[in-house]
Formats: sequence, structure tokens, C-alpha cells
Amino acid sequence: MAITSIKNLKEFSTANDRFEGSHLLCPGCAHSMIVRELMNATDDNLVIASNTGCLEVSTAVYPYTSWDTSWIHIGFENAATAAACAESMFKARKRKGTLPNPDAPVKFVAFGGDGSTYDIGFQWLSGAMERGHDFTYICLDNENYANTGGQRSSATPVGAHTSTAQAGTHSYGKTQRKKDIVSIMAAHGAPYVAQLAPNKWKSMAKGFQKALETEGPCFINTVSACTTEWKFDPKDTINVTDLATDSLMFPIYEIINGHELNILYRPKNVIPVEDYLGAQGRYKHLFKPEYRHVIDMIQKEVDEKWELLQRREEARV
Amino acid sequence: MAKEFELNEVEVWDGNYAASQALRQAQIDVVAAYPITPSTPIVEGYGAYVANGYVDGEFVMVESEHGAMSGCVGAAAAGGRVATATSSQGFALMVEVLYQASGMRLPIVLTVVNRALASPLNVRGDHSDMYLGRDSGWIQLDAYNPQEAYDLTLCAFRIGEHLDVRLPVMVHQDGFTTSHKAQNVTPLKDDVAYKFVGDYVPVNDMLDFSRPVTHGAQTEEDWHFEHKAKQHKALMDSRTVIDEVLAEFKELTGREYKRVETYYMEDAEVALVVLGSSVETAVIAAEELRAEGIKAGIVSPRCFRPFPYDLVRDALDVPSLKAVCCMDKSAPGGAMGALFNEISAAAYTTESRPLITNYIYGLGGRDFSIEEAKRIFKEQKAHADAGHITTPIQQFSGVRGPKLGFFETRRG
Repeated sequence: MAITSIKNLKEFSTANDRFEGSHLLCPGCAHSMIVRELMNATDDNLVIASNTGCLEVSTAVYPYTSWDTSWIHIGFENAATAAACAESMFKARKRKGTLPNPDAPVKFVAFGGDGSTYDIGFQWLSGAMERGHDFTYICLDNENYANTGGQRSSATPVGAHTSTAQAGTHSYGKTQRKKDIVSIMAAHGAPYVAQLAPNKWKSMAKGFQKALETEGPCFINTVSACTTEWKFDPKDTINVTDLATDSLMFPIYEIINGHELNILYRPKNVIPVEDYLGAQGRYKHLFKPEYRHVIDMIQKEVDEKWELLQRREEARV
Repeated sequence: MAKEFELNEVEVWDGNYAASQALRQAQIDVVAAYPITPSTPIVEGYGAYVANGYVDGEFVMVESEHGAMSGCVGAAAAGGRVATATSSQGFALMVEVLYQASGMRLPIVLTVVNRALASPLNVRGDHSDMYLGRDSGWIQLDAYNPQEAYDLTLCAFRIGEHLDVRLPVMVHQDGFTTSHKAQNVTPLKDDVAYKFVGDYVPVNDMLDFSRPVTHGAQTEEDWHFEHKAKQHKALMDSRTVIDEVLAEFKELTGREYKRVETYYMEDAEVALVVLGSSVETAVIAAEELRAEGIKAGIVSPRCFRPFPYDLVRDALDVPSLKAVCCMDKSAPGGAMGALFNEISAAAYTTESRPLITNYIYGLGGRDFSIEEAKRIFKEQKAHADAGHITTPIQQFSGVRGPKLGFFETRRG
């Protein structure tokens, strides 16, 4: 039973349980919510590839597996290619009549963290998008290399403290902007690209379904709040995610065919980014007088980005 | 349904084209590839078959060699026949995934057109890339000419996909020397070739939804060792299957291949151990020297991995054998040549315990001539006559500048 026939979150959360609860992810990690939601969003068979990262090391430790579906991990950078070429194999075997379940519907999905998506696996992802495989790539964006203890990635936002972009007497943490992966993926001409968040579970499930149902390469960036490296209490994962979406640090939107932008969530009351930053230990240094200007800078950029998104939505180009 | 490709009884093919024809005849489900000199014509040839209806499978031109091998792994786990081609830097870029492919026990065929590794950048043939793969857990077969590149590529599918093996296989040929030089090749008809290769039998098929599988799990100190031990055993045990497949191929074609090839070794006093196209050069040199009274022979571990330790020992356990030179066509990077080390280890257990020296030769495509082979044979004869090694143990052959040699012998 997939989400189309489900009315509430409680039913949805156990709709189609193909991701076992017994995994090694941190308590409060948003990865499992997002993964479960993806797998519940369809009744079709799934072939899933995962890059090396938190999700992979926590769900397939021999002799156990959390995946009640076909699943593959090769390396840090190549899940997109693995899913893409599994899809090629599906096409070849369908043509030749060698599929064991020839009529069974199947979807190909790749998961990567932001490190493997924005950084080390960027080329593999770009190649698979350009080649037009029928698959969906989902980035679990927790804005750092959490699996290796919290180093900066090109998804880490300005001002965040990480172990390789540290806050100190001479530094306010990461000084470079977060890479705009959604625009880059949209620029590939992908038929469906979106940025989604697990606190907005209905729009997330809908977005997942759209991506899975759309023929061709689809990309979704999901905010995955990281209790360990963002430094908040594990019980506050969704609260922090609410702050991320309501401060517009993490706007929720989709881009269809590379140009048609739709904002999927408009906060009734937009909160200042300060509230979002203040809820996490990784930003606590920004509240020192010498670094408060960084908060202003972040707010300005968030405002500008929101303005841009709204204008693009209006322009329909 | 793929069209049949009309072939003459004898074709004039270079090694690249021969390999691409073998790939076509195996009716691969997914070829994921990236072009690189000198193996590019393999994927170009394959692309022409795709464009003209000779292939039913998918042809995925990816964005790098790492992507090519990653694609091969993903496709192989999805339960079908998979192959690709590469050389040199591309091979080096693939290395991470080569280990993953073998560790995941996926029978992928990789046709390697051997080429030097940079720096300096060099497109010509030596064995640097082949050596780079030697601990990767792949079966490595070595072709000396286009006919062999064709034959061994067909055999590679049978060997790797055998249910007792389930390991990836490389088929090597020398860049340009073999890959770009056309010779007579006797191919099999399409149906005969495919019948020999056989239908692919999926194992742990990701597209079999009745039985979900997890590929590429994590193991630490609790299980990693057991997995690697089993993988090594599978590689060692593949020797039997390799022999069976090569015997069956001989039955079909009359062309005989052995894991260790020997030439004139029955009464040899001196021998060269060589790989690749140099084998044929060395054989001509040995024949000419035999006319002069020097009993020269050649040993070549055609199956470079799994290393045929026992067969090399047998090949060198000739009472008349006094001196052997191991010829490494790869920059050794501060060590003795790899072939020297491995052959020496095998020879140590023979009764005859011949004197063994090492030549580094042919780097970056430097030509290996019959004259050079004869000179090296004669040097072995000098060692044999003296009863000890009369030169440094490791030397460079055919390099400009002052004579380069390392390590003196301590054996009388």
C-alpha cells in the first residue's frame, strides 16, 4: 500500500516497510526518515544504490542488512553510475527476454550524502544525468562529512563550524558559500529536480512520487538534519528541520524540465535565520560579537535567494 | 534480435578489432566504456556494431574509466553479461573499482590494451598497467597477437562466469604492437562463438525481485579476512576451470593455450621469461640461436593471475637449465621486476635452481628486437658457462646513457 491511499503520517510511516528499523544510524538522524519515505512512496520494486556514507555504513554491515529490496554499494562516488547501469541492464534484459520478473514494475534509485553528491561523486552524478537514465538520485544533505566525523563539504553553509573549517579566534568556520546543487542539476535539463524536507512529509512524498514516475534522470536534494554534527538534541530533528524550512535557509521547491520552478512551501511566518542558527551548536560562535556580522550576511543571502526563487517562479522561464 | 555478422574464414584484423569482434559475439548485455589510446578502437568497433544492429545489449559511454568500471559493477549485479576495455591511465583510474568488482565476485570481462603509465605521458605499450592490476583479484590472461586476443576474450567469459569461479577477467594485449598491427585471424562463426560462450547465468540477481540481495556490504576485522581468504581461494581454484575452458577451446578450434607456455624448454640451457608480444620475438631469437648451438628456451606465464607458481616451477625444473633471465616491461619503482620476483620464488623450489637475472626493457614502447633477445640469451649463456652471474642481477636493456645495473651476486 503506497502513499496515494494513505491519509495520515502514522499509517504512511509503516505503509510498505522495506527499510528495517534495526540499523546503526544515530538516534535522531533524519536519513532513515527520508529513506523510509522514499520507499513508502511507491509499491514498485526498487533497485537502490548507495554511495559510501552514513546511510551505507549503517545499513549493510555483514552479516546483516536493513534493505528488504535489491541494494548495492560500490564506493564513495559511484552510486549514480551503479543505479544508472543497473537500469541499462534492465533495458537490455527486457529486450532480450531474460528478466526473471518481466512484468514487475521497477524503479532505480541512488542515495548519496552531500559529500558524495556535491563533492567526490559529482562527476559520476553529472554523467548519469546527462545520459538520461531512468532513475532518481536522492541527496541526503546534512551539510558535512558526518560519517568521518564532521568535515566540511561543498554543501556546508557559510559560518558553520566543521572539523576542517573550524571556528576559532581567527575564523568563523566555513567562509565559502554552499554549492547550489539544485540549479546545477536543473541545468542538466533533468525533467524533475526538487529540494525537499522530511518535516514537510506530504510534499516530500509527493516529490518522491513525481520523481519516480517521471521518465528520465531526476534529482532531489533533501535536508537531513544531523544531530551529531549540527549539535542539537536527537529529539529535536524535526524541530530543527522546521526552523530550516521556515527561516528559508532550506526553501522547498521543484524545477520541472530545467526551467519551470514551483515553490512547494511558503512559511506563514518567516522566521529570522538567527533562530535556526541558534538552535545548533555548529553555529554558536556566530553569536559572539566579533562574528555577528556573519549572521547578517547569511540573512541577506537567504533573502536574496528567496527573492530569486519567487521571481523565477513568476517568470516561468 | 542481433544480426549475424558475415565473417570470412580468415580475416585480417588487428588486436583491437579482434577483441571487439569477440565482445560482439558474446552478445554482452551492457558495455559501459570510455575511450583511451590505444584501446579506443575496441569501443569504436563495438559502437559500429551497435549502430548497425549487430548487438542487442546496451552501450553506455560514460564520463570516465572509473565510471566505466562502476557501471560494469552495477550492471553485472543486475544479472547480465558485462564487459569493457581500457588502457594505462584509464586502467589506473579504474583501480579502485577493480578491487570492488572482484571483491563483489562479479564476472566482468576487461580487455586491456597494455600501455605505459605517466609520468612522462606516453601512449605506447608496456606492462605498467597490467602489473598495476596484479593484486586486484582479477584473473589476468595475456595474448601475444590478434588471434589470441580474439580467442582469449571468448574464453574469458566462460572462465569468469563459471559458477565455480564468479570472478572478473582481464585479457591483455600489447598496445600498438598487437592492438594496431593487422594479422590473419581465424574467427568462429557467430553461432559457434556464442554457443561456446553460452548463455549468462545470473547469480544474486538484483532484478530477481523474489529474492532481494544486498551487494557490497561492509565488513571490518570480524569478517573481512574470511571474505578475502575465500576470494583468494576462488582465484586459486579457478586454475582448474581455466584449464578446462582452454581444453574445450582447443577441442573446438585446434588452437591450444596453456596457463604457462613453454618453447624449446625440453633441453634448454638458457631461458627467457617474457610476457606479451615479446614472446614471439624471443621464440624467433631462440630458433636462430639454436641454429648456432645455443640451447635457448622461453617460458611465459600466459595466465599472469592466478600466478601459475607450480607450472612455472615445472617449466623451469629442467636438469639442463643453467641460467634464466626474467624480462620485466614495467618500471619497477625501486624494486626488482615483479616477474623476476615471482619466477625466482617458483624457481627456488626446483632441483636445478638456475641462475636468475632481471632485465627491465621496452618501457614506453621501446622496441624489443630479435637482436636484443639474442644478446640477452647470450649473456645467460655466459652466466651458464661461468657457473655464476657475471653481471649485476638487475639491468636495463635498450636504455640510453651509462649502463644501469643493481645488485651483485653472492652465489658462486
